[in-house]
Amino acid sequence: MRNLYIWFCIFSTVCASTAGDVLIALAMRRIGDLGQLQRKHGLLAVLARVVSSGALFGGIFFMGMAYFSNLVGLSWADLSLLGPASAALTFVANAIAAKLFLHENVDRRRWFATIFVCCGVLLLTSS
Amino acid sequence: MTLRKYLVLLAIVAFGSIGDTFLARGMRDVGAIDVHHIVHVLSALANPWIIFGTLCLLGFMSSYMTALSFADLTYVLPATALGYVVMALLSRFWLQEHVSLQRWAGIALITAGVGLVAGGPSRTEHPPAPAKAVETLQERR
Repeated sequence: MRNLYIWFCIFSTVCASTAGDVLIALAMRRIGDLGQLQRKHGLLAVLARVVSSGALFGGIFFMGMAYFSNLVGLSWADLSLLGPASAALTFVANAIAAKLFLHENVDRRRWFATIFVCCGVLLLTSS
Repeated sequence: MTLRKYLVLLAIVAFGSIGDTFLARGMRDVGAIDVHHIVHVLSALANPWIIFGTLCLLGFMSSYMTALSFADLTYVLPATALGYVVMALLSRFWLQEHVSLQRWAGIALITAGVGLVAGGPSRTEHPPAPAKAVETLQERR
């Protein structure tokens, strides 16, 4: 039963984290390059644009859910299980979500990079 | 990609890995949370390790948002996976821990993945919407 709870936490962390990443990426794309904006309009204008983004707050809400789900998971399982499992699954889920929802150009190079990193994380932390 | 942008990616690596380690240390103090009293997870927020971990994750969040303002999500995520390699190398050369062949293989795979993604463009260029395209043309004139 404990294993079921742990995998439920990993699943909810991956889903919430992916939703958060996609919403934050969408918001930041709409806002534009923060460095350039700050040089052109100043820090206050950048802050005003960031604070007025609804997608950003949606993203932060899902990131918060991922944070608490991760905390509950850490109370049942070690970081060495929870960390790699959720990180590796989040890499793949993000690549799929970025292609579907953000229409990013996830070409062969980025797929290979995602799979390499995913396998590398599993190898590094499961030994 | 400028030096400032690489520094932002480096800040994500540092804040993310340190924050996760602090959270894990703090949750060891707090102990297992009863599934029927899940709100007890809020009591963990008083633990100093959890507070430091959360502060680090706030630093992670601001540098992550900055990175996403100039690069794609599928560029930022693999590029910042170097944190796992840094932690493994620190444990080998600083803490003198044994790093198995399997771990070296993991380090090689992550480095290859980061190298692959870093060699490509950081941003997908979307064609501007028709109204915006006219505006852009007028601005150019």
